Amino acid sequence: MSGLDVLLLAVGLLTAGAATLSVTSRQVLHAALWLVVTLGGLAGCYLVLGAELVALVQLLVYVGAVVVLVLFALMLTRAGGVPVVTGVPQRVAAGLVGAGTTVVLGGALLSAFGWGSVAIDGGDSTQVAATIFGTDVWPFELLSVLLLMALVAAVAVARAPVGGQDDASQRPDPPAEIEAVQGERP
Amino acid sequence: MIRPALPYLLAAVLAGLGVYGILARRHAVLVLIGVELVLGAAGLLLVTVAQTGAGGDPGAAVLTLFVITIAAAEVVLALAIFLALFRARGHVDLHAELDDRAEGEVGGRA
Repeated sequence: MSGLDVLLLAVGLLTAGAATLSVTSRQVLHAALWLVVTLGGLAGCYLVLGAELVALVQLLVYVGAVVVLVLFALMLTRAGGVPVVTGVPQRVAAGLVGAGTTVVLGGALLSAFGWGSVAIDGGDSTQVAATIFGTDVWPFELLSVLLLMALVAAVAVARAPVGGQDDASQRPDPPAEIEAVQGERP
Repeated sequence: MIRPALPYLLAAVLAGLGVYGILARRHAVLVLIGVELVLGAAGLLLVTVAQTGAGGDPGAAVLTLFVITIAAAEVVLALAIFLALFRARGHVDLHAELDDRAEGEVGGRA
C-alpha cells in the first residue's frame, strides 16, 4: 500500500464512521453535525484523489451552505418531540436494503475495476475551467437559471398560505401570545 | 499510485448508509440527510473515475461540480417544502397519520 492508500483509508474510515453516526443518531442536531464531518471527510477524499477544485467547491457549497440550511430547518421545525426513528421491523428491513445496496454496488465496482494500483492522471484546474467555459458552457448557464428558479420557488413555497388558498380559516394557529394581543378572532 | 478500489468501496458504503437513512428515519430533515449521503457517494464515484480512469479527461470532474450545484438547489427546495409542511401540520413526521390535524381543526371550526 502506498502513502496515498493509507491516507485515503484513514479519511475514508472517518467518513464512513461519521456517516454511520449521522444515520443512526437519535438527536436530530447530532445527526446534522455528523453530516458536516461526513461531507468534510468527502472533501478530504477528493483532495487525496487530487481533485483540489472539486474538494474546495464541496467545502464551500456543502459544508458552508447546505449544512447551514439544514441546521436552520432543524431550528425552525423544532416544536415538540418528533419521533426520529421508525419501528424495529422497518429498521431491520431498511438495514437489509442498505446492506444489499452496498454489496451490489461494491461487488459490481470491484469486479469491474479490480484491486490493482493505477496512477492518478486527472485533468488539472485549467482543463476543468476550459471544459466548463467551453464545451459545457450551456449546461453551466442552465445551472445558474436552475439555482435562480430554486430560490424563487423556495420563497414562494415557504411563504404560501396553508392549503393553497389565502383564507383565514386555513392559516395555522398563531402562537398564544399573538392570539392574546389580537383578541377575539372573527 | 493509488488503489481505486478503496474510494469505490467507500462510495458503496456511503450509498448503502444513505439508503438506510432514507428508509429508517421518520423526521423529514433526517431523510434529507440520507439523500445527501447518496449524492455524496455519487460525487465520490465521479471524482474517482475522473482521477484514475479517464486518461486526463476532466469531464467527470465537471460533472461532479454540476451534481453539487443541483444538490444545493434540491436542498433549498426540500427545506422550503418542510417549512410549509411544518406550518400546515405542526410537525415534520413523515410517518404520522395524514390529515389528522386538518380534519380536527377544520371540522371544529365549520
